[in-house]
Amino acid sequence: MYVAVKGGEAAIENAHKLLAEDRRGDQAVPELGVAQIREQLSLGVDRVMTEGSIYDPDLAALALKQARGDQVEAIFLLRAYRTTLPRFAVSLPIDTGSMQVSRRISSCFKDLPGGQLLGPTFDYTHRLLDFALMEGGAPDAAGGAGKLADSLPQVVDLLNAEGLIEQELPDAEDAPVADLTREPMMFPAGRDARLQTLARADEGYLLALGYSTQRGYAKSHPFVGEIRSGEVGVQVDVPELGFAVDIGDITITECQMVNQFKGSKSEPPKFTRGYGLAFGMSERKAMAMSLVDRSLRAEDLAEDITAPAQDEEFVLYHADNVEASGFVQHLKLPHHVDFQAELALVRLMRAEIAAQKADAAPKDGVYEEAAQ
Amino acid sequence: MSSLQQSYQTTATLDGYNFGFLDEQTKRMLRRAILKAVAIPGYQVPFGSREMPLPYGWGTGGMQVTAAVIGGNDILKVIDQGADDTTNAVSIRRFFVRMTGVATTEKTREATLIQTRHRVPETPLSEGQILVYQVPIPEPLRWLEPRETETRKMHALSEYGVMHVKLYEDIAQHGHISTAYDYPVLVNGRYLMRCSPIPKFDTPKLHMNGALQLFGAGREKRIYAVPPYTDVKPLDFEDHPFEIERWPEDCALCGAGDSFLDEVILDDRGGRMFVCSDTDYCGERRAAGHVGKMSAPYKEEAAE
Repeated sequence: MYVAVKGGEAAIENAHKLLAEDRRGDQAVPELGVAQIREQLSLGVDRVMTEGSIYDPDLAALALKQARGDQVEAIFLLRAYRTTLPRFAVSLPIDTGSMQVSRRISSCFKDLPGGQLLGPTFDYTHRLLDFALMEGGAPDAAGGAGKLADSLPQVVDLLNAEGLIEQELPDAEDAPVADLTREPMMFPAGRDARLQTLARADEGYLLALGYSTQRGYAKSHPFVGEIRSGEVGVQVDVPELGFAVDIGDITITECQMVNQFKGSKSEPPKFTRGYGLAFGMSERKAMAMSLVDRSLRAEDLAEDITAPAQDEEFVLYHADNVEASGFVQHLKLPHHVDFQAELALVRLMRAEIAAQKADAAPKDGVYEEAAQ
Repeated sequence: MSSLQQSYQTTATLDGYNFGFLDEQTKRMLRRAILKAVAIPGYQVPFGSREMPLPYGWGTGGMQVTAAVIGGNDILKVIDQGADDTTNAVSIRRFFVRMTGVATTEKTREATLIQTRHRVPETPLSEGQILVYQVPIPEPLRWLEPRETETRKMHALSEYGVMHVKLYEDIAQHGHISTAYDYPVLVNGRYLMRCSPIPKFDTPKLHMNGALQLFGAGREKRIYAVPPYTDVKPLDFEDHPFEIERWPEDCALCGAGDSFLDEVILDDRGGRMFVCSDTDYCGERRAAGHVGKMSAPYKEEAAE
């Protein structure tokens, strides 16, 4: 009789089969391997790992394949898998000072101890489509110095020596760290919860918010203190052994943004910091994150809160693309019960208004159309 | 009951997954939140909502609550818009069959556990049954105050004047309270509560209901509850008492004049029919011989 939203198991199963067919595309074209995605679409993999909150390039590549290249869907797949994993340990804080850097730049100083290293970056490429890639082939080998020193000082620490930048002191070793995957967000959120939210946040959302702070909505006069990308070791304390063991290396990108601070009644002028961290070579994400981290510190620094990027509840509640995508798309689900209730109410109100007008108006029938 | 106990013995879940998908630690966290919610009727308890394999906004809160309370001998019913055969209801029911192996039913009377989106079944619930609502936005004051920090304060102080003002302004402007669904209620004389978006037609069913009513909002990370036989009062005014919607016709299939009706558009010339949104209620009435003006004689429909 009617089929609109009624659909049984057969319809759902067929939709899944169609999806699988479309994912594969033309079968005359060779199928993508997960390793190919991991190696050749690695920045896409990095984003999926960062926002999916789990460092696993193979699973992220698999998620991208399964999601047909849709990043948000791939992030969702990875998150839904992550939630089933047991948590058996908490790692020690990683030491980005001992990173094996593949890229390190600062915009604050012309040169700095340890040097600057451009590394594999799109910066300074001319964005001209390279038609040679239509065919493929091996790239030329890179020359140059390669690796920097094993341990590079953080630029912000150089400023710190003069007391020109705010100090960031680590929390007590035994202090709990917020974990949004276990506890709901409560406000005011601590900086730990804020940074975790921003690290998992949608890159496009952070980019837009960070951009807004550069255009005058909560301006914070940012400079890139330092961006560094490379490998760091992850260590876990094993109580049975009595010491920490290395469980592997991860590639990360860290951004320390240096921002002006005019000072307040109690504090002399000095520089303040915004911090960004992402898995892989996710530089745009790390930079945008550091801008938003800084703007969210407005309240801590007794600045006026005037812009969306400074509004903790607004920024943090809407940052997660798995939540946002689900809720926006749930509008596809049937809502006809609520709509029916609204329909009945609108008809009732229209009929009443029409009746009032009919009473008031001369009886020439002009207003009657509204009475339906 | 003996057949129920047998189904308890034979429940089998998908390889590699715990019974009900969630691990036992997570279920314990959820049960603690549920117990707190039952102890403070209408109060929104924050909980550590997990990512579920369905999208947020599609019932993740209800699914987590169901996963926390479901047992091997439960008989599960899942409805969306009152119907057992809508796509999302089918999808969620199938998820729990895969993850728990429990028996399912479309019959409200037979179910021990019912997960619902947007409706309360027409057939009255009884003691021992649990009704789990999927909730998109748990905060009844959200459209009046977007900030969680503020609304939590307003609840703490029972400061619900803004909601009365909103309803009053509706009457002043439209002559009616223009809230057709998601009607605000006061639970146990204390907390203002959002009944998930059910039409206001269903709101009176929450009052003094024998069943345990649990509300899960996954994305917003809140659980709340209306324990059995709790006072649930829709906000209204003495001169503008709470009213439910009515239809110009009865159900075209079963002739029911007391159920929530869906309007079905039949053609592009204004032709339409009204049918029960609750498919089980409608089917039960037709099986008992009731007919509507457009119904064919009742035939036993093939079970799935």
